[in-house]
Parts: sequence; structure tokens; C-alpha cells
Amino acid sequence: MSSPRIIWRKSLNFVMLTLTGVAAFAVVSVLFLILGYLIWNGGTSLSWNFFTQLPKPVGETGGGMANAIVGSLKLLFLAAVMGLPVGLLAGVYLAEFGGKTFSFIVRYTTDLLNGVPSIVIGIFAYSLVVLPVKHFSALAGGVALGIMVIPITVRSTEEFLRAVPGNMREAAMALGASKWKTIATVVLPAASGGILTGMLLALARVAGETAPLLFTAFGNRFWSQGWGQPIASLPVMIYTYAVAPYDDWHRQAWAAGLVLLALVLLSNLGARFILARSKAV
Amino acid sequence: MSAAATTIAHEVPPQAGPRAFLHRLRQGDEIAHLITLTFAALILLLTSMLVYELWRNSHLSRSAFGWAFFWTKVWDPNFDNFGAAPFIYGTLVTSAVALVLAVPLGLASAIFLSELAPRNISDVISFLIDLLAAVPSVIYGLLGIFIVVPLMRTTLGPLLINTVGNLPYVGALFRGPNYGVGFLTAGIVLAIMVVPFIISVSREVLLTVPREQREAAMALGATRWESTWQVVVPWARTGIMGSVFLALARALGETMAVTMVIGNAAAIKASLLAPGDTIASTIANQFTEATGDLYLSSLIELGLVLFLITFILNGLARILIVATERGGGRPA
Repeated sequence: MSSPRIIWRKSLNFVMLTLTGVAAFAVVSVLFLILGYLIWNGGTSLSWNFFTQLPKPVGETGGGMANAIVGSLKLLFLAAVMGLPVGLLAGVYLAEFGGKTFSFIVRYTTDLLNGVPSIVIGIFAYSLVVLPVKHFSALAGGVALGIMVIPITVRSTEEFLRAVPGNMREAAMALGASKWKTIATVVLPAASGGILTGMLLALARVAGETAPLLFTAFGNRFWSQGWGQPIASLPVMIYTYAVAPYDDWHRQAWAAGLVLLALVLLSNLGARFILARSKAV
Repeated sequence: MSAAATTIAHEVPPQAGPRAFLHRLRQGDEIAHLITLTFAALILLLTSMLVYELWRNSHLSRSAFGWAFFWTKVWDPNFDNFGAAPFIYGTLVTSAVALVLAVPLGLASAIFLSELAPRNISDVISFLIDLLAAVPSVIYGLLGIFIVVPLMRTTLGPLLINTVGNLPYVGALFRGPNYGVGFLTAGIVLAIMVVPFIISVSREVLLTVPREQREAAMALGATRWESTWQVVVPWARTGIMGSVFLALARALGETMAVTMVIGNAAAIKASLLAPGDTIASTIANQFTEATGDLYLSSLIELGLVLFLITFILNGLARILIVATERGGGRPA
């Protein structure tokens, strides 16, 4: 009954299926390894000074990254102001007004823009904003991040608008509302939870971007002197400190890494929380 | 049609022509349409400007080196002589290493999540894997520098040199000095970074395979594994290929993590343990230091090359994924 062939097939079945499980848990454990390492190394280096002080000159220990934290927030603000409205309105167009061919082109281009390596976006922002005025600026960094925000926002906005049931639109129109009034007062509010989630995820993604900031926002060891001047940001600080040969800088890079990761993961969790709640309503 | 629905009977709105347009304009619909259309068109404009700027700013380099840019092995800023070969080589090698490691791991995990794990466990694990995809690349770089590089220098590197390094053919990949940084280290870090993408896309594709396919295979006496490997996976293979292309496009364009662990040397070496450079890492490292116009222009041409490669790969990936989700890649 149990011929060698059957035994072979059954053991192969068992071995391979076990291996797939091992693979899945190995991948998930990487997340916990990352979290563990950052909390272990970053947690011990994190202090109040980290959040309140400027970086100390090279060679002196101590100091913090207050300017980089504020800088990152400023850059995110710029990215949000420039990228989110474009993404939202283009998403509305695709979901509510779009025809066939033009929408297809826009959708395809959006996907391609989403796939453009962030360093290339950096070069683009550099040639648009930095080259004409010949110096690095917070504005250029904001433009780079803003461009990256657009495609993510467009696709999530379109997806969530499409999920709004058609009879809600019909009901509004039956009451005499024009199309744009229907969209503005019925469809958009109904999809607001999802759209907000998409926006938050887009910002969370660019919050950790380093490559496009290297030669746009550049970096700064002091408080930034305005939107037209170079500005520090957490990811660039992590990079500079990690590749530098000083132990104290490495310690601070871990601390900054922990802060950045906490920021990114918490906004991801927050976004999903908003989505779950808006679905439940 | 909507215009007719929204007016009261005393005036029948015109159906076509400039007056109909004016009517809808008063209702606000045309304005809303035009405004959103403008923003949609803005995306097209931005993308074409991106291509144009890359093309225009790489003009100096293109006219100085022509096609030879692609196979020249020298990158010498002191003598204004630039060739992209070492970086194209580095980009391809690191991405290949990443895929060799990430595809089996990712596919296996996706099979586990779609075929074996109960739905709620599968959802929780997928959520954690999505979080993994959200970790910024500079954090992977940080862990790469302080954990993977030392591990490579003290343990993994010597181990590979002493075992695989002695074999014929393959051995050439694992010989020579071991610094800890290099192609292999970059490939390992990249593999960890792209695995989440392979898993989440492949899982989605595997879940679209009809139940009947699995049941039919089982009814013929196939074991669970045989039904998965010989029926379900071939059905979804086009979509899985798509996920691999997406992962490849990401690996090719990934900058920070690679820059931090690859060692930064413009050299073509057979050994995976040797330090090298990728297109992206070269741009990241040298852009702010580029003094001459030709130097900067060459770096921008590198950016153009990278853009074109990922542009083509992303396009292919989309087509493959859409093709599977629409009809299933029926095995021949």
C-alpha cells in the first residue's frame, strides 16, 4: 500500500509545506529583529537632549538633532501642501470625470511616476529648483518629496472614490444636486476615511526618503535660515552620522533611526486604524 | 442628461452646442471638470518635464561620450573621462543577487500565506510584512552598516571563501579579499528590502486562482504540495513574474541602503565580496561633489539610464500583473 513512491511524495509534501511556513516566519521575524535592534541600540542613546539641542561641533560628544526633527516636519509640510492637492484632484478626475483614453494615459503615467527611483526624482528637483538659483534649499527638498507624494495619493483617492456605491450619487442627483455638488458633499465625505489613509501613507513613505534630499535640501548643522536655505532632515542626518567614523555619531544615528522608524510605523498603524473605523461606520 | 435632471421645468436646457456648455458652466460642473482635468494633466506635464530635464541636462555628457558611455570602464573625474560600465555592472550584479535570494523566499512565503495559513493568521502576517515594506531604506542601511557588514567580515565571508570559494566555476565569485562591504552585502540587504513586495503581490495573485483548480488537482490524487506547485503556481506564473519585475525595478533604483554597504569603488570585479558601486549609489555619493559641468552632466546621464531601465521594467510588470488578474495564465 505504502509504496516507496507514495512515501516519497508524502514526505516531499511535508518538507516543502514546512519550508514555506519557515520562509514566512523568517521574513516576519526580520521586522522584529529590526525593531529589536533599533530599540536596543537607539533606546539607550535617546535622551531629552536629542530632541532639544542642536548638533555639537565635530569632536564634541553630546548634542541632539532638534533642527533635523523640525526640518523633517517642515519638508513634510511642503510636500503635503504641494503634493496632496494635486493627487486628490487628479484622483477625483480619474474616478468621477475621466473618459477612457486620457484616463488610461494618466493612470499609466502615475504608475510610472510611482516607480521612478527616488534618486532620479532628486535630480529632477535639483534641475528645477536648485540649478536656476545655484544653491540648495528647503523648497527644493519639498518639491522632490511633493512629487513623490502625488502618485500614491492619486491611486488611493481614485480607489476609494470608486468604492462609494453608485446609488449614493444617484440619490444626491435625484435631489437636484449638480454633479460637482454631489461629489463635494456626498461622494468625497463618504470616501474621506480612505482618502485620508492614503494621504497619511503617502506622507509616511516620503518621511523616510533620503536620496532625493541629498542634493536638494542638502543638510544643515544649525537651524535653517528660511525656505530658500539648506535644511536638515532626520533621514539625511542618519545617513551622514552612520557613515562617519565617530562612535558618538553612530550612537546618535541609532537614536535618530529609532525616532524615524517610530514615526513611520506609527503613522502606518494610524492610517490603518482610520481605515478600519471608517469602514465600520 | 444630468443637466436635464437638475433644472426645473420652466426652461428646457439645450442639449448641445455653446449654450448647453454655458448652462453646465453655471451649474459648476464644467468648472469642476476643468479644474480636476488640469491637475490630471499636471501629472503628465511633470513626468514629461522629468524626462526632458534629464535629457537636456545630460546633453554635455551625451555629446562628449556618445554610446561609448555605456561600455567605457573608466570613471575619472580628474581627467574628465566618464564611463558607466562599472556602475551598470554593479547595479545588475547586486540586483541579481537580491533576486536569487528574495524570489524563493518570497514565493515560498506567499504560498504559505495563500494556500496554507488560515485567513486571519495570513492577514496578520501580511500586515506585518506590509509594515516591513514601509521601513525607510536609510534604516536598512543603518542596520546594514552595523550588523550585516561586521557579520560578513567576520563570519559569513570567511565561511563562503573556505567552502564555496574552493569549487570550480562558482568559486570565482567568492575569492579574494573580504572587506565586509561589497556586492554580496548590498545584494543581501536589497533582498530583505524587496521580499515584502514579492510576497504581497504574489499572495494577491495566488488568491485569485480559482478554487476549482486546487480541488481538481486534489481529486486526481495530488498531494497539497503537488496541487500547489504543479497547478496553482503555473496558473499564477505571469502575475508572479510581474511581482519579480516590480521587485527588480525597486532593487535597481534603491539608493541609500546600497550606498551605505557597497564600499563605493568604480571597479568591475568577478568576486561578489569585492567593493563596487551602483548607478544610484554613484549619484548619491558624488552629485554634491561634482565640480565640472561635464562631471555633473555625466551623473545626470547615469540618472537618465536608471530612469529608462526602471521605466521599461515597471511597464512590463504592470502588463504581466494585469494579464494574470484578467484571465489567468493558463499553463500550456
